[in-house]
Amino acid sequence: MTTLPPPGAKKLGLVIDLDTCVGCHACAVNCKEWNTGGHSAPLPDHDPYGADPNGVWFNRIHTFEAGTGTTSRTVHFPRSCLHCEDAACVTVCPTGASYKRTDDGIVLVNEDACIGCKLCSWACPYGAREYDDDAGVMKKCTLCVDRIYNQNLPEAEREPACVATCPAKARHFGDLGDPNSEVSKLVADRGGKELMPELGYKPVNRYLPPRPAKRSVGDTGAGAGLARLSGENPDGSGRFLRWVDRVLSR
Amino acid sequence: MHPAYSVIFFTTASGAGYGLIGLMALFGVLDGVPADPWFGFVGLGIGTALVTAGLLSSTFHLGHPERAWRAYSQWRSSWLSREGVLATATYVPLILTAWGWIIEGSLEGTYGFFASFLAIFCLLTVYSTGMIYATLRTISAWHNRLTVPGYLVFALLTGSLWFHALTQMFGYQTPEVAMVAVVALFLSFYVKRKYWRSIDTEPGPATPESATGLGDIGKVRLLEPPTMTENFVQREMGYKVARKHAQKLRRICFFAYFLIPLILTGLTSNSEAWIAIPGTLLAAISVSAGVLIERWLFFAEATHASMLYYGAERA
Repeated sequence: MTTLPPPGAKKLGLVIDLDTCVGCHACAVNCKEWNTGGHSAPLPDHDPYGADPNGVWFNRIHTFEAGTGTTSRTVHFPRSCLHCEDAACVTVCPTGASYKRTDDGIVLVNEDACIGCKLCSWACPYGAREYDDDAGVMKKCTLCVDRIYNQNLPEAEREPACVATCPAKARHFGDLGDPNSEVSKLVADRGGKELMPELGYKPVNRYLPPRPAKRSVGDTGAGAGLARLSGENPDGSGRFLRWVDRVLSR
Repeated sequence: MHPAYSVIFFTTASGAGYGLIGLMALFGVLDGVPADPWFGFVGLGIGTALVTAGLLSSTFHLGHPERAWRAYSQWRSSWLSREGVLATATYVPLILTAWGWIIEGSLEGTYGFFASFLAIFCLLTVYSTGMIYATLRTISAWHNRLTVPGYLVFALLTGSLWFHALTQMFGYQTPEVAMVAVVALFLSFYVKRKYWRSIDTEPGPATPESATGLGDIGKVRLLEPPTMTENFVQREMGYKVARKHAQKLRRICFFAYFLIPLILTGLTSNSEAWIAIPGTLLAAISVSAGVLIERWLFFAEATHASMLYYGAERA
């Protein structure tokens, strides 16, 4: 059924910390590695070492520059399915192949029913769905549904591949429907953002904006001695150092 | 949006087909054209061929055409599914009307009833095609109040000009058909002009700032895309037509779907057959070419929200 189920209490999703993400693409690589053998296997990987490599990836890492001049920030931005509450990719599907799970809100594709019309990819504002030309069906992030409930894995490994591999611990997985969960607290503490709220798809995933930049010495917690060396001390001892600098620069 | 030729051909051919069939049915019921079997055979035949060719071409771009029957199942939520259901259902009153017109030579009584149903189903099918595009909030140029009227008037336009050419070929004096064609010409001119103005002045609600949530820091611009080569999303959703080309194509389109057919229809429809037939036929061909360009622009000028992650500034 492509009509959306009534909103459930549980909303599994990701919280991605844009402050600590280093843009290493490890999440994308581990995602591809797991999923090319998992629920949506195999993921196409054409001409991987050639001039025009292309294939299906569920994670893509963009880099943006926000602001201009000294206050600008370079931000690495991992993008994947946000498992929307109002998932239009599901409601536009003519065959019922795309569906949203009642129990945990995960959006999945039943590849056996998909006709490959690609309309769901048109309906997704986040560009999260990628078409598999080899299989003739649409593929997407499964939130590693085959890991998070997998009884054959040790309990500590029952989290999405992207979260498990992140060396900067920038990715967090949990229930965003529970206000007391770790991820919900993180979103509340850090002012987690919803992407494109104006389009109204109500994505579940949240992005934590970069923390304010530390620009003056005081922000680093440096003591008075360091402040004096930098010439910010009003008692005038910085003048001597500037004079030394001028003399030595001649 | 990438203008896929199969989708452009499908929507323009089926639009012309449903327009032609719907008008045939309407004029048949209202005694606007004679219930001549040969006229019914040629008119409904061309209409059916256009609609069927369009439907078949739309299945060519599917990854699994053999599973296309599954698309009938989700009519509760999906306009694509509704379009499939309606397009298929239209064949029922179409066959019954064709039987009445071609075999029985009459559209009286029950056959008139079937023909009325046929006209309504043609309208609903084109409406559902328009709704597939109009309900996509991801593409602000399509999520526009003029998208559905656009699909409807262009179906009426192409259908009425082909219908007009056919009545001329059969030697019918039908000023009403010429009138419908002229009204459709002005209507489509008005709707398309308003649509183009609307997409030029309303660039869409989403920005790179809202797409990344980084707007509090300042203006957001793409520094590095994820990969050096284009991925599926970029190929499917990232088609961009240069603005100056778009303006030029809009002018060519305006000449082809409006000005040339208007002049041809006005000058030739009251003339003798040897002028009227080629004149109205040329008008229909010109309109069809114009609508192909119109549909191509409808795709090529539309920016998808996902392109905000690949350098677009508004969507």
